[in-house]
Amino acid sequence: MQCSTTDRLATRSALIGAIAAAALLSACGSSVKLDENAGKPAPITDASTNKSNQADANANASSNVNQVVLTPKNDDALAGGLTRVVYFDFDSFVVKDEFRGAIDAHAKRLMANKDKKVIVEGHTDERGGREYNLALGQKRAEAVQKSLTLLGVSADQLEAVSFGEERPAVTGSGEETWAKNRRAEIKDR
Amino acid sequence: MSFSDSRRSACRGLLTGLALTAGGVASPVSMALAQFRVEISGVGATQIPVAIGRFRDESRSPAALSAIVQADLERSGLFKVLDASADRLDEASRPALSDWRSKGADALLAGSVTPLADGRFDVRYHLWDVLKGKDQGGLSLVVPAADLRQAAHRIADDIFEKLTGDRGAFATRIAYVSKSGGKHHLLVADSDGEGAQSPLTSPQPIISPAWAPDGRQLAYVSFETGKPVVVVQDVSSGRRRVVAGFKGSNSAPAWSPDGRQLVVTLSRDGGSQLYLIGADGDGLKRLTQSSAIDTEAAWSPDGASIYFVSDRGGGPQIYRVPASGGPAQRVTFSGAYNISPALSPDGKWLAYVGQVDGGYRVHLMDLASGTVKVLTDTRDDESPSFAPNSRQIIYATRAQGREVLMTTTLDGRIKARLATTVADVREPVWGPYLQPRR
Repeated sequence: MQCSTTDRLATRSALIGAIAAAALLSACGSSVKLDENAGKPAPITDASTNKSNQADANANASSNVNQVVLTPKNDDALAGGLTRVVYFDFDSFVVKDEFRGAIDAHAKRLMANKDKKVIVEGHTDERGGREYNLALGQKRAEAVQKSLTLLGVSADQLEAVSFGEERPAVTGSGEETWAKNRRAEIKDR
Repeated sequence: MSFSDSRRSACRGLLTGLALTAGGVASPVSMALAQFRVEISGVGATQIPVAIGRFRDESRSPAALSAIVQADLERSGLFKVLDASADRLDEASRPALSDWRSKGADALLAGSVTPLADGRFDVRYHLWDVLKGKDQGGLSLVVPAADLRQAAHRIADDIFEKLTGDRGAFATRIAYVSKSGGKHHLLVADSDGEGAQSPLTSPQPIISPAWAPDGRQLAYVSFETGKPVVVVQDVSSGRRRVVAGFKGSNSAPAWSPDGRQLVVTLSRDGGSQLYLIGADGDGLKRLTQSSAIDTEAAWSPDGASIYFVSDRGGGPQIYRVPASGGPAQRVTFSGAYNISPALSPDGKWLAYVGQVDGGYRVHLMDLASGTVKVLTDTRDDESPSFAPNSRQIIYATRAQGREVLMTTTLDGRIKARLATTVADVREPVWGPYLQPRR
């Protein structure tokens, strides 16, 4: 069951959408405002709900943990029908020639419309440690980002982030699966 | 507007439902909150035989206190527990210690649990040092039902300390992550894995939980906004704040020993590099300056150094840099892939995960000598973390096709599996002592 549905905010960044969704969550008495751009702590909306209506001896138990539940957001953007996914070889961060055409098309689209922003998400296969894989995914995202800036796209229109191994396109193991997960995805914001 | 009104009431319904399952000892276990059993294997070097009987009236309380104490002591690897239940002792008994000597016990524990009129419980226990023929005294703890498990862990800590001379770490908490039903949960449980509660449920991944030194807050990486950001959450109030949400990716939080700063991995200036940041989000200062990946920092307990993973030499290895900045020194030299450093609170050991024959295993390095030992024979280990008394390590691994949490003694001999039948569990971190030294 979902507490809120984020309206598609087609021309604004996912960041603003997230803040709007979090504001809606305040109706649940449990909210988070995540203000990425400042790099400073977001103002805290009190997330504590007094969960115990019974005045029992447990109310002051030192082991209490307050639960926060976040709800899904709709962030699936298709970047104008262009090829969104660039695949990488094992242990590699080089954008292969077969994807040059797709990158070119994205670059043209972004240079034609300076207000348009995209996020490049880097991913790895499941092998290895999570934080190290997050950093490897970041290298893939930055490789695609660099390809775009070298073609003339302004850095302001791009953000390179990583999901590491946390969001596989295909679950499972084996070389075929791993190859489908070693990728960077370009998404509209 | 009717749409938002119905959403609001639906929200309240969801939260009320959650409220009823949070906090109480007798609450039903939801799908997301798995129950753990403890399976212990291995033989320890020297084990102190201690006789423990069921506490008088234990069955009238929600927690099986003597069983919790027994499991704690056995998991530490330092004790062998004998059953004293048949003798029906309690803390006021006057046992004939020579009888217990001839039964092979070095110590004897007995106690009672009495429900009080205000709903709390009076837990009393007594420890006798059979070997020395000496009464070691005991305590009375008055606690609400929700804290009964913790009372049992405190008793185990007291016994551990009286019999070994070292401080016990049973009355502590662990945090970890689980994934089930498409949702990700951050979980907090007792050090034995029981009593799990969920400070955070999210449709997006949660990784890299890290306890603040005060044991009240958890830092972690959340992908809820579509990219990794570092969040700090107060466990008992649920209040959350973003500590690092810069452009690009933000991850791998590690607290300074004084709780005032964190090291984080940021890609704001390109690549993945280490930065220091105040716990309130202020005072950003870059710590590493390489063209490689620098990540997974871990602070030394004396606050002077930061260990981290870098692939500046080719593959990922563990390095150390002064917390005030400066050149990094390589620390791991064997194996091509070494990650996930964890420092023991006593400053003597470094645990990490190293790749061996294609598998990933927990390694332990004696920092004084540099000697390294592999502690496991499993192949998918991750996230080693020390108990606050530096005597055990918790880690995640894969067993029979599912992700599980394990503890091991530092000699690798006694391992305990905190088994779950429901969710895949990962990324454990052992919290600090909960109470200041008396």
